[in-house]
Amino acid sequence: MTETALKIDGLTKRYKADTVLDTVSFDVAKGETLVLFGPSGAGKTVLLRCIAGAVDPEEGSIEIDGRDMLDVPPEQRGIGMAFQNFALFPHMTAFDNIASPLTARRSTKDAVREGVESVARLLKIDHVLGHQPRALSNGQKQRTALARALAASPELLLLDDPLRNVDAKLRFEMRLELPRLLAEQGATVIYVTQDYKEAMALGDRIAVLDGGTIRQIGTPEQIYRSPATTDIARLFGDPAINLLDVEPEQDSAGIFAQLSDTRVPLDSMLVGAVGKPCTLGIRPEALHFADTGIPVTIEAKTPLNEKTVTLAVTKRGREILISRPAGRPAPSSGAAHIAVDASDAILFDRGTGALIAATETNAEVAA
Amino acid sequence: MRDKRGPHVMNHTSPIERILRGAALTIVVLFFMFPIFWILLMSVQTNETILRSPPSMVFTPTLQNYQALITGRLETQAGSLDIEFMQNLWNSVILSVGSVALALVLGVPAAYAFARHKFRGSEDIAFTLLSFRFAPPLLVLLPLTMYFQELGLADTYVGLIWVYQLICLPLILWIVRGYFEDISPDVEHAYRIAGHSWLSTFRKIALPLAGPGIAAAGLLAFIFAWNNFIFALVLASADKQPVTVGALNFITASGIQYGQIAAAVIMSIAPTLALALYAQRYLVEGLSLGAVKG
Repeated sequence: MTETALKIDGLTKRYKADTVLDTVSFDVAKGETLVLFGPSGAGKTVLLRCIAGAVDPEEGSIEIDGRDMLDVPPEQRGIGMAFQNFALFPHMTAFDNIASPLTARRSTKDAVREGVESVARLLKIDHVLGHQPRALSNGQKQRTALARALAASPELLLLDDPLRNVDAKLRFEMRLELPRLLAEQGATVIYVTQDYKEAMALGDRIAVLDGGTIRQIGTPEQIYRSPATTDIARLFGDPAINLLDVEPEQDSAGIFAQLSDTRVPLDSMLVGAVGKPCTLGIRPEALHFADTGIPVTIEAKTPLNEKTVTLAVTKRGREILISRPAGRPAPSSGAAHIAVDASDAILFDRGTGALIAATETNAEVAA
Repeated sequence: MRDKRGPHVMNHTSPIERILRGAALTIVVLFFMFPIFWILLMSVQTNETILRSPPSMVFTPTLQNYQALITGRLETQAGSLDIEFMQNLWNSVILSVGSVALALVLGVPAAYAFARHKFRGSEDIAFTLLSFRFAPPLLVLLPLTMYFQELGLADTYVGLIWVYQLICLPLILWIVRGYFEDISPDVEHAYRIAGHSWLSTFRKIALPLAGPGIAAAGLLAFIFAWNNFIFALVLASADKQPVTVGALNFITASGIQYGQIAAAVIMSIAPTLALALYAQRYLVEGLSLGAVKG
């Protein structure tokens, strides 16, 4: 059992009649990077602010290293935070911005200078330390904000969508660079993002926040392979997951679903789903073209650099997206057949949208 | 709101339009500047040349009005007259500087509280402070005169500075509050999370960022305080009166001393004018800073 760095329990925040956070609970282990993922307005930023102490929650508790933080002012929580809008001090140079957490700890002048310069070198902004924020490019601002959060080597680092306001090229670079940077710091990180790729790339675990509650928390693999609901399934993946209405049946050969009069075999442990209205989720990359399988008509083909996305229509007029790595054969038009692996199909309850878990399989794994 | 620049219209205008525009501007400037110009002329004339009919621009300039004001003695045909103009000017400085300083000390922290902490009744309190400006001064003055006499505050600098807070405090509170509200709360949160107390956040972040607004509010409050007439007229006796009230002394039994009044006006607007000109570039800088921040 690893040590718990942060423990959130039953956290609730209301603005007048609006419940922004509704009994949110989760733990973060020491050194772990937890990504808070969710659409805008999900309460991610408010949650981060509660942890930082900028916003007071109505109910619940926040513990950092086993210490209750609710009555502790922000300056004593030992947190580093990077804001989405950077929140640099406009009247101070980049140097003074980055130095602010160090001066607060009453370090000597030399220690401050050394601290600022080393983190600035790490983030490649050592040449603009004398500039005021308004003289910095967006990328430099973002790095300055990040450097300020890192400067005092905080135990807990809160990053509020730090790549949101930078251009695509920089975002791509930072997505590669950040994991190494965060690993070097050895800090516990809570990283807020709306970008599922960022979430998958950076998170040891992902917590999906929507409507003020945690919908699912798990490793990127778990979230991607076994999303708790159709909504979560739709949020992760590009192109988005295919969701098809089915009613699973069972015969002597096992459990299956009918798609365009073609038998799609399902995991034999999904007995609970038999005869119920269900939604079948198939990732576009779990589909491939085959000689036999579900007959479809190709509607459109979009070659992207690393993959080719094909839009096909089944006999009953349902649209299906197929994503294949670039270079693999994919028909451009006309009739084709597609096949799907039983292990890649995800089954949801059509009424509630909740995942139908193959419970026995989990039991086996546990045993 | 803070962007005072109009649309750029000078680029594509016909010559006629430009001439008309120039003429219109000249008329406006003349209209507003003429009284000041005329007062300036009057201040270097004797009462005799001022009052001759028809008025003429031809005269021998004299500095005797200024001399009389500064030395405190005015020689007229009716005899010599003691005037306390320099004392009045000094009183104006004490009252205006004192009341603006006090209003800044009280008003800036209050403005910050109103901007950052929405507590129960905060809007009501802020509005009540503003409402002092709605009432006619006499409404406040009548009861105040009685209280002040009871408390021994009548005819004291402390009492007057206190009453001047009715002018300065609401002004500073409401202007500075807007500037504080314009500062992104995240910037302050960031400073606190970096490990600084709320007090040092107020001093190192909020105060410097609202600086231009505080300067503007202070300047406005100073001008209003300087030009105040009625409070000092009722509550102060001769030795505490500011220039605005002191100018009344030139209406003497032997006639109205126009020359001295004009010189007194020139001398009394000089400090505010100098202050405004000096502060102007800082104000403009501050205002445009606010516009860029967005």
